[in-house]
Amino acid sequence: MVDLSTNCGGIKSPNPFWLASAPPTNSAYQVCKAFEAGWGGAVWKTIGAPVMNVVNRYAAIDYNGQKIVGLNNIELISDRSIEINLKEISETKKLWPDRAVVASLMVESDRQIWHDIVKRTVDSGADGIELNYGCPHGMSERGMGSAVGQVPEYCSMITEWVTEVSTIPVIVKLTPNITDIRYPGRAAKKGGADAISLINTINTIMGVNLDTFEIEPSRGGKGGHGGYAGPAVKPIALHMVSEIARDPEINLPISAIGGISTWRDALEFILLGSSNVQVCTAAMHYGFRIVEDMIDGLTNWMEEKGFTSLDQIRGKALPNITSFGEMDLLYKAVAHIDEKKCIQCNLCYIACEDTAHQCIDLLPGDGQPKADPYAAEKKQPTVREADCVGCRLCYIVCPVENCITMVRKENGGKPKTWNELVKELPQPMSLEDLRKFQHEHGIEIH
Amino acid sequence: MNNIASKLSNEEYEANFAELHPPFTSAAATVEANRCLYCFDSPCMKACPTHIDISTFIKKITTGNMKGSAKTILSSNWIALTCAKACPVNVLCEGACVYNAKGEEPIQIGRLQRYVMDWYVEKGMPQLFTPAPKNGKSVGIIGAGPSGLACAAELALMGYEVVIYEAKHIAGGLDTHGIAPYKMKQQDSLNEVKMVEKLGVTIKTGVRVGETISVEDLTKKHDAIFLGVGLKTPTRLGIPGEELNGVYDALTFIEKVTTRKWNSVDVGKRVAVIGAGNTAIDAATEAKRLGAEKVCMLYRRSEKEMPAYKFEFELAKKDGIEFQFLTAPKRILGNGKVEAVECLKMELGEKDSEGRRKPKPIPGSEFQIPVDMLIKSAGQNIEETFLSGIPGLKTAGGVVVVNSETLQTTNVKFFAGGDCINGGKEVVNAAADGKKAAGNIDRWLFVK
Repeated sequence: MVDLSTNCGGIKSPNPFWLASAPPTNSAYQVCKAFEAGWGGAVWKTIGAPVMNVVNRYAAIDYNGQKIVGLNNIELISDRSIEINLKEISETKKLWPDRAVVASLMVESDRQIWHDIVKRTVDSGADGIELNYGCPHGMSERGMGSAVGQVPEYCSMITEWVTEVSTIPVIVKLTPNITDIRYPGRAAKKGGADAISLINTINTIMGVNLDTFEIEPSRGGKGGHGGYAGPAVKPIALHMVSEIARDPEINLPISAIGGISTWRDALEFILLGSSNVQVCTAAMHYGFRIVEDMIDGLTNWMEEKGFTSLDQIRGKALPNITSFGEMDLLYKAVAHIDEKKCIQCNLCYIACEDTAHQCIDLLPGDGQPKADPYAAEKKQPTVREADCVGCRLCYIVCPVENCITMVRKENGGKPKTWNELVKELPQPMSLEDLRKFQHEHGIEIH
Repeated sequence: MNNIASKLSNEEYEANFAELHPPFTSAAATVEANRCLYCFDSPCMKACPTHIDISTFIKKITTGNMKGSAKTILSSNWIALTCAKACPVNVLCEGACVYNAKGEEPIQIGRLQRYVMDWYVEKGMPQLFTPAPKNGKSVGIIGAGPSGLACAAELALMGYEVVIYEAKHIAGGLDTHGIAPYKMKQQDSLNEVKMVEKLGVTIKTGVRVGETISVEDLTKKHDAIFLGVGLKTPTRLGIPGEELNGVYDALTFIEKVTTRKWNSVDVGKRVAVIGAGNTAIDAATEAKRLGAEKVCMLYRRSEKEMPAYKFEFELAKKDGIEFQFLTAPKRILGNGKVEAVECLKMELGEKDSEGRRKPKPIPGSEFQIPVDMLIKSAGQNIEETFLSGIPGLKTAGGVVVVNSETLQTTNVKFFAGGDCINGGKEVVNAAADGKKAAGNIDRWLFVK
């Protein structure tokens, strides 16, 4: 029997799928509807300082006919009162005692104001508090949101103000709009955080109207940066989550956010050390019902692989992350094109010829009759293995599954990393010495 | 005609002749265009007789560069709108699409091309090409069908003075008069004619060369002449009763239908169509869609040998057309008006020179099919009388003899293309010939 329950810094939920603090969690009506659909938890839309919104709050990037590859927003924190939000949090928690109900907070950088709202939140019965240090628009100009997340000192100071009065777990939500995510992460740890959530949205300008020269979306002729989320940001989030997970100074549970649309996405984050995941854009695209496949797909995968709890897989991919200096320089692989699968679109050929290493030839077809009546006159892209550097571009552009594969070439030698090579060759390393090493191992640079 | 089929309501006619392949919406076109892999040296381009750079025009749809897309298409094919709608794409560009080898649906190239050309027409067909300065030479073109129009457009761009002589009162040839209305509208072809005229080409309609103007005069007037005369004389069945009222030639019937005056085209209640080519199928389905109760196609060979494309055959079957294979007409019966066709059952014997098994009649197998209308679609022939008036011009095997590389005829001043040199192929072949001939006329005039 598969158990999907999780515990993130003391906040328990029956499954790892939470709704992130955002428009989908604006009210008890929405959160209750989400719980009905199966979501394991919800981080309430941030409550705190008074705000006023504008219209045209969202913009999206569509790509090749696919809608919402990335979603940008400038909606502010909740524009409903703290009282109403806390009352609804309280009612929701009573109705759904097994789900995680987390309050997201953002107020002015004043110790007393923070103490006050934290106490009221604890009284509401919420399972935990998430500190919004990430919002990159509207609030940051007022010294809140990412203005806090971008300065590690503020980050630890405010976290301290919260943790010194809170009796429930505190999650610090980080902004990705920073050079090294580990610094605010360490600051959160220093401030006493119980967990870290990341990433918040990324600063973006979504587009320029080619007729009016206005920024998309235009609010009365004006626009500006907003926070970017959705599938496009997932690789950025994966990297930042792994940085936090691997940092020995932090060592806190992680609630991962950033482009998670499916159970597969969620698994990747869990394998990189996340306790649970938070979802927003995918829900905004399709509604709360998407959680059904998330739970179902994850359960089926766990069953198939023989896992019974998420603890068994959490962080399992982390040991495979390394630095460039630790990768085997002598690991050799070349591209191989399966002629039976090849449809002769020649995308591999032109990619290699124009932008890689010129090692694919278009050879005349064998002239033999084939099922495809046009095959005989088509040319067959063929890899010149001796010249293939194994860059993998052809594999990436090939539209046919398993047609191009990277084939391991045994070279008989032992692995050698750059870090080892640096120790063996005279320093500073000369090109001649490096060439000699390459030549000894059958690597020729053209 | 005995037993004229009852007329339908306007709504019924319009529904029966609604487009088989409706236009893409902009969103659907974008999705389909983005599905294109943008192959390098793409097979679809090679499969198109006019070699339109298909992946490039499709790529331009995805970037919203519709004008550039239209220009890419027209720079290869001036009959692109008709081709988009009437080409047998599944045996040409779409048949060559790499998605077929992948086991997936090919890109809907025809519909995407139509999407671009519709846009171009909607925008008022703005000038996309600048004709070269006049070079002082003049070319006469006989026939304003697809090969003549394509040839004219190319020559006009090169700086030639071009005059097209068209016997009919409306230009466009079979694109205007011979394409089933559920494939395209006559207006599409007329728009294409307009595109060519916009390049400075003069089209003289109602001018029959050899009658209105002599071949000799024409030869004096122009530095070179292109023959895009197509086929005109329908092949006679050579059986008794062909002259009976109610016996039609397929193209004459189809031409009436292309005017879209449905109500004015009479069809019989029971119709027989002789032949099983693509034109025969058009005639049969159009008769059925005009209200004929029963339409039967008679073909002397079997289904396997029928010359119509598979998709046309499927369309006919869906329309409820009946097929009598291995059946040949022996005589047409009737008292002034056709009443029945007497047929013979056939069997297939030895292979003929083309490798098709020859049908031979089964003695004593005569039977009659009662019909009110009989449509003959046994092919057409070149106009020997007219062509024999051109000095030195040779014909052989029912087509005008040309050098296949240059499309020059045995009278060096005359070039030819389209149905009159290939015996009847697709619009796109005619368009390709016209373009090819234009290049060779130019080479001949300036190199000779």
